[in-house]
Amino acid sequence: MSRILYKQQFSDDVFLMRLHAPLIAEERKAGQFIILQTDDDYGERIPLTIADADTNEGSITIIFQVVGKTTKQLSFMNAGDELPALVGPLGTPTHIEQFGRVVCVGGGIGVAPLHPIAQALKAAGNHVSIIIGARNKDLLILENEMKSIADELIICTDNGSYGRKDLVTAPLKELCEQHPKPDMVIAIGPPVMMKFCSETTRPYHVFTQVSLNTIMVDGTGMCGGCRVNVGKEVKFVCVDGPEFDGHLVDFDNMINRLNAYKDIERHHYKCFVKNAFKDEEVVL
Amino acid sequence: MSYIPEEQLITQAKCLFEEYLPKVETLKVKERQKIPCQEMPTQDPLVRSQNMEEVALGYSFEQARVEAMRCLQCVKKNCIEGCPVKIDIPRFIDHIAKGEFEQAIAVVKETTLLPAVCGRVCPQEKQCQLYCTLGKSFKNVEKSVAIGRLERFVADWERENGKVIVPFVKPSTGKRVAVVGSGPAGLVVAADCRREGHHVTLFEAFHKLGGVLRYGIPEFRLPNDIIDKEIETLHSMGVEIKTNFVVGRTRKLTDLIEKDGYDAVFVGTGAGLPIFMGIEGENLVGVFSANEYLTRANLMKAFDKKADTPIYPSKNVMVLGGGNVAMDASRMAKRLGAENVYVVYRRTENEMPARREEVLHAKEEGVVFCYLQNANRIIGDDKGRVRSVECVRYELGEPDASGRRAPILINGSEFEMEIDTVIVAVGNGSNPLISQTTPQLAVNKRGNIVVDETQKTSMDKIFAGGDIVLGAATVILAMGEGRRSAASINKMLAEAAD
Repeated sequence: MSRILYKQQFSDDVFLMRLHAPLIAEERKAGQFIILQTDDDYGERIPLTIADADTNEGSITIIFQVVGKTTKQLSFMNAGDELPALVGPLGTPTHIEQFGRVVCVGGGIGVAPLHPIAQALKAAGNHVSIIIGARNKDLLILENEMKSIADELIICTDNGSYGRKDLVTAPLKELCEQHPKPDMVIAIGPPVMMKFCSETTRPYHVFTQVSLNTIMVDGTGMCGGCRVNVGKEVKFVCVDGPEFDGHLVDFDNMINRLNAYKDIERHHYKCFVKNAFKDEEVVL
Repeated sequence: MSYIPEEQLITQAKCLFEEYLPKVETLKVKERQKIPCQEMPTQDPLVRSQNMEEVALGYSFEQARVEAMRCLQCVKKNCIEGCPVKIDIPRFIDHIAKGEFEQAIAVVKETTLLPAVCGRVCPQEKQCQLYCTLGKSFKNVEKSVAIGRLERFVADWERENGKVIVPFVKPSTGKRVAVVGSGPAGLVVAADCRREGHHVTLFEAFHKLGGVLRYGIPEFRLPNDIIDKEIETLHSMGVEIKTNFVVGRTRKLTDLIEKDGYDAVFVGTGAGLPIFMGIEGENLVGVFSANEYLTRANLMKAFDKKADTPIYPSKNVMVLGGGNVAMDASRMAKRLGAENVYVVYRRTENEMPARREEVLHAKEEGVVFCYLQNANRIIGDDKGRVRSVECVRYELGEPDASGRRAPILINGSEFEMEIDTVIVAVGNGSNPLISQTTPQLAVNKRGNIVVDETQKTSMDKIFAGGDIVLGAATVILAMGEGRRSAASINKMLAEAAD
């Protein structure tokens, strides 16, 4: 059991929550994630990256976007409610050292897991450029938090409602063309964004680390549902990752695997929403 | 062997029971040999392949007593030699023959803790029943006394009649024992250490207890109620339970001793690392480890419409492997609506490691066995989903190191089967989480934790047992290791107190 201490709505579908989890708060490192359930009998286990932690309060912060039934259900919960199951921290922490010039690219909700990594990289003495992007201004998160860390902050929106009207790959390409070029890029966001960030940096031979968000069941290496092709090897995202060399990840296969249950997930989501709002007219 | 309805088996047994009861005390060997084997009543195969309820229904009262009368009560008790935990088999069976079920279960529980589980999942035909003199006299292990079924019968009798007694717990010693993993090994350690009066905390990574008994073995073979009952007993004994706790991540193994004040730790984290074949196409959508497939179906209840965790919709399923896990996966696929389920195995039925009864049950339920065959590569469609599997054929050669005849590839034998789901059940490695996060802990090249004869690891106060030590083995062996570990922990803590 884990109590929700605080909830904040960022936009229609994006929420922040602080959860009471003192042991996880103490142990977690940048790059790690948790798995939670909104029901420990029939609920599914979903992985979410830890965005922040507060050891004084004994809490961790998660930021999530409603994409299916469980995240929808979670978005209905409020401060004071108890989550029946929360486990972590899982995954291998991000390797942090002084690389030199680092570019952190966050897309959409991916800015949340990027935040603690950017923070740690800055603390390790790196020059940190941050690019954050979203479909529109409303969906942009953690701008102020990132601004306080970044040596340079670039904001992009797809529709130009805020910052540059560009995809994040455009400023990333510009930074790769500068001298000196970046020593490292970290890209976290939707799979397609990570794929194209990796393609953008490939010609410049800039090491590009991505954080994968595959389907998982146990999150401890037991099921292999999260496996991805990385170069010639098969890796488990939950224990070997979630971070990998973006130039080696087979994104197309990963995206196919992410879509394995799309129809069933959509059905569960629709049934849930219909049931939750059965007294109201809902357009799905 | 074909399916015989439960009523018929029970009626037959009633007649036999009336015939033999008057002479139960005086039966001669010849007479005992003539008593027919009592078949296990099961659900009708056509019905059960559509439901998740237990397949084997358990002996009736008369069946159990008649089967027990078959035991020759040998002077030299070979069957005990075949039992990994040395249950006094003839003695408990004699009590059953006489209708003394309470005494019978007491004998079983002298040496084992989970008889309702082991009676269901032990490979008896390779253990106690292999050594049974009666079976040997017929030169047929299938005619041995059905020791496992009798063990199950008395364990079920005890549970269903409310006779389960919460074991006596000695006064508190003030010592604390951490048990990591709540599978068969961990459950036993928790009970045995708690009995000595130590404070015991049982840590489980999942949200439900039971380990492989819960996520791996399906409901139709081992109902969750039985696991719940065992856990309820631990709870009544005062064992502290912490689910959603990954030792190695939530807390380092060494922190349990250094920061949290545990006096001893037992690691029983099992063999949870699925092995894949390493063939082309293994990451296509529709290829699963048996662990994933079974965890979705069992632990996450994907068979139930109420469950949020989805299971992949399948029509033609290929299961790779010939062990119990392959049987469980194939029978589960059938229950989840697959039309055709093929078990593909490189050798023949004789070499298959699965429990005999599971193979028979799978066949009755319509699972098709393809022997001397293996998957060569998995072929996908334009959406990256499994479309077919290219297979190759084998023939049997000379016996290999394991004593089994080695399969030899027949060149040019490739052929394709139309398949949409592939379940890989070719074994499990040891879960690396503890060893990765505890570099001081000695493991062998397979990643199994190295222990001495007392189950102690290379680290002080830390013991290990079950599949994390043995590699993928059986419930009963894990339980045996748990017993030995608990005895060593109890001894160490007693010596420390002196």
